[in-house]
Amino acid sequence: MSDGLTRFIIIILYLASLLFLGFFASKLFRGTKKDYMLASNSIGPFLLLMSIFGTTMTAFALVGSSGEAWKEGIGVYGMLASSSGIIHSLCFFLIGVKLWALGRRFGYTTQIQYFRDRLQSDWIGVLLFPILVGLIIPYLLIGVMAGGTVMNQMTDGAFGEPKRNPPKFENLSEKATEISGIYKNAKLALDAENEEEVEKYLGEAKAKIIALHDGNLPGAPVPQNALPKWMGSLLICGVVLIYVFYGGMRGTAWANAFQTIVFMILGVVTFVYLSYAIGGQKDKGLFENLKAATAKVTPETKLKSQIGVWGKVAKDSASDDKGVAIKANVLAKKLKPVAELKEFQTRKQMSFLKFVTYMFIPLSVGMFPHLFQHWLTAKDANSFKISVIFHPIFIMIVWVPCVLIGIWGTTTGYAGSPNGILVFLVKTQTGAILGGFLSAGILAAIMSSLDSQFLCIGTMFTTDIVNHYAPGKYSDKQQLWIARAFIIGIVAVTYCLSLLSISSVFALGVWCFSGFSALFPLVVASVYWKRLTTAGGYACVIVAATSWIAFFYLATQTGSIRTYTVNFGEYQTMPVVWMILASTVSMVVVSLMTPPMDEKHLERFFPTKKVN
Amino acid sequence: MKNVVWGLVILLIILHQDFWFWENDYAVFGFIPMGLFYHAMISVGAGITWYLATVFAWPEGVDNVQPEYVEAEDKK
Repeated sequence: MSDGLTRFIIIILYLASLLFLGFFASKLFRGTKKDYMLASNSIGPFLLLMSIFGTTMTAFALVGSSGEAWKEGIGVYGMLASSSGIIHSLCFFLIGVKLWALGRRFGYTTQIQYFRDRLQSDWIGVLLFPILVGLIIPYLLIGVMAGGTVMNQMTDGAFGEPKRNPPKFENLSEKATEISGIYKNAKLALDAENEEEVEKYLGEAKAKIIALHDGNLPGAPVPQNALPKWMGSLLICGVVLIYVFYGGMRGTAWANAFQTIVFMILGVVTFVYLSYAIGGQKDKGLFENLKAATAKVTPETKLKSQIGVWGKVAKDSASDDKGVAIKANVLAKKLKPVAELKEFQTRKQMSFLKFVTYMFIPLSVGMFPHLFQHWLTAKDANSFKISVIFHPIFIMIVWVPCVLIGIWGTTTGYAGSPNGILVFLVKTQTGAILGGFLSAGILAAIMSSLDSQFLCIGTMFTTDIVNHYAPGKYSDKQQLWIARAFIIGIVAVTYCLSLLSISSVFALGVWCFSGFSALFPLVVASVYWKRLTTAGGYACVIVAATSWIAFFYLATQTGSIRTYTVNFGEYQTMPVVWMILASTVSMVVVSLMTPPMDEKHLERFFPTKKVN
Repeated sequence: MKNVVWGLVILLIILHQDFWFWENDYAVFGFIPMGLFYHAMISVGAGITWYLATVFAWPEGVDNVQPEYVEAEDKK
């Protein structure tokens, strides 16, 4: 059996187990709308921790973290993970618990229901609904596309041996000797701390390698006889839809908990396995291999490995043994030039101000509609405690190994996009069985976010549009079917968008989060600031949306939405800071300029403390 | 104690901006770069701080919340 087929079977078994779990959860379904959307507020501490963590950790947790580390170095942990550990728990603690209590008292199911009541305005819902759904769709798109790509990559050769003619380079030995020599010169320049010379030699080597490939950069081979991306995405959407349909929120919470355990365990197992594979000290223990793998990441060792590998290509391609010569040609086809000698184990190339201002992005969790819904499922306020405490620790358990894997990946000559590094390493450095399980782990991280988002979108449509404008017209059962139909509609739109192969979809992730963060002042003020008025709420939402559109437009004009920053001379800041500032200032100014809300209404949300 | 907890949260946010380890390439235990190890410890510190927050700064009035609305759900 081929490796691709083995991995495919493991993935299918994993998906089947999820369907079984959804079926099991459906047996506990009480048939009411409240049970479908909020699991009848019965979720205890452990399930809440696992489902909230699984929901906030998207495909980005495994695929993106290793990819960003491969591209930018270890700084991504501080920028994205440790900041989230502080800020996410802060949001759960300050916002989640309070909203849960208000939801329990007044019977909310969605964010919009809460804002309509708190701001005493029907139109705030009309304004928020398209914004929230519009921000969720790219978020869904990331998961659907990532799922299809992982399935496609990992099932390479599952349905027949890939037919790839072995490459044949002219005078390879001679050219490889030349390239190895250039890297030797680069190493000498590096030793002499002559950065200009290093750059010059790296440029020369790159030009030689491109010339070897007839003017192209070497790339990873395209999977053949594999599950097509469109089918992979369809399969992921189908499985998630089925267990969300039958299990509702309870099924989603159970599936999230299961998937979170799966991707956490498999993440650690993969880390250990890859440390042996990349460390290369087969006869030594884990600790020695960890040290050896990290030691390879320095610019010196990176150049040394290039000198060595091109030297080997030069020697082997001149061999009389045909098999050895073919292998040397295959190896040469994969070798990518060293673009620059980044210090991946420090943050030398990272802007400090960008790092600082990135901390505003995790505030987005305070406004995620799917997280709001998860908060409301809690059995009691105490259920939140475990989530608040363990969320940062869980982030560390998942992210630290992935970041190390990412920087180790810089030593392997990988040539594809950043998000493909983990899949590449698993495919090339581990066995088929572990590869299959890890693929399941990556899919688990993807699906544990998709399910909550699917359910949330259906809930919002039923509650905030259908039931709000036609109260009592539809029975619970009819509302469930309306929710399901709307979910199918949104998933169909997302799926069709995924077929367009939008290359910068991962870049949209940061923009999605920035949009939710720009709305964060509204939720904080609604919970803690009595002086917030309806007009102030509108000002916040409108300014958040317009500032987001303005910055996004500016980013598209620069041609780089992924790396766009607002610069002041050499200082780089994330646009999210300015969005939050603009929405906060407008909310505060307009609230103070308009009459306060009715005291009797405010008493519901800010009850006067009784003195004994 | 409540103020100490909030002081710790602010301290964590300040400690997070570690320009002092920006270019430090020392590998802790021989394999974790200092910048990564330090931030992993920030995550552990966050877990401890949030534990203290749940003990000493838990919001009032959330433990015995009763519904103030009438359930209008169709039964199965």
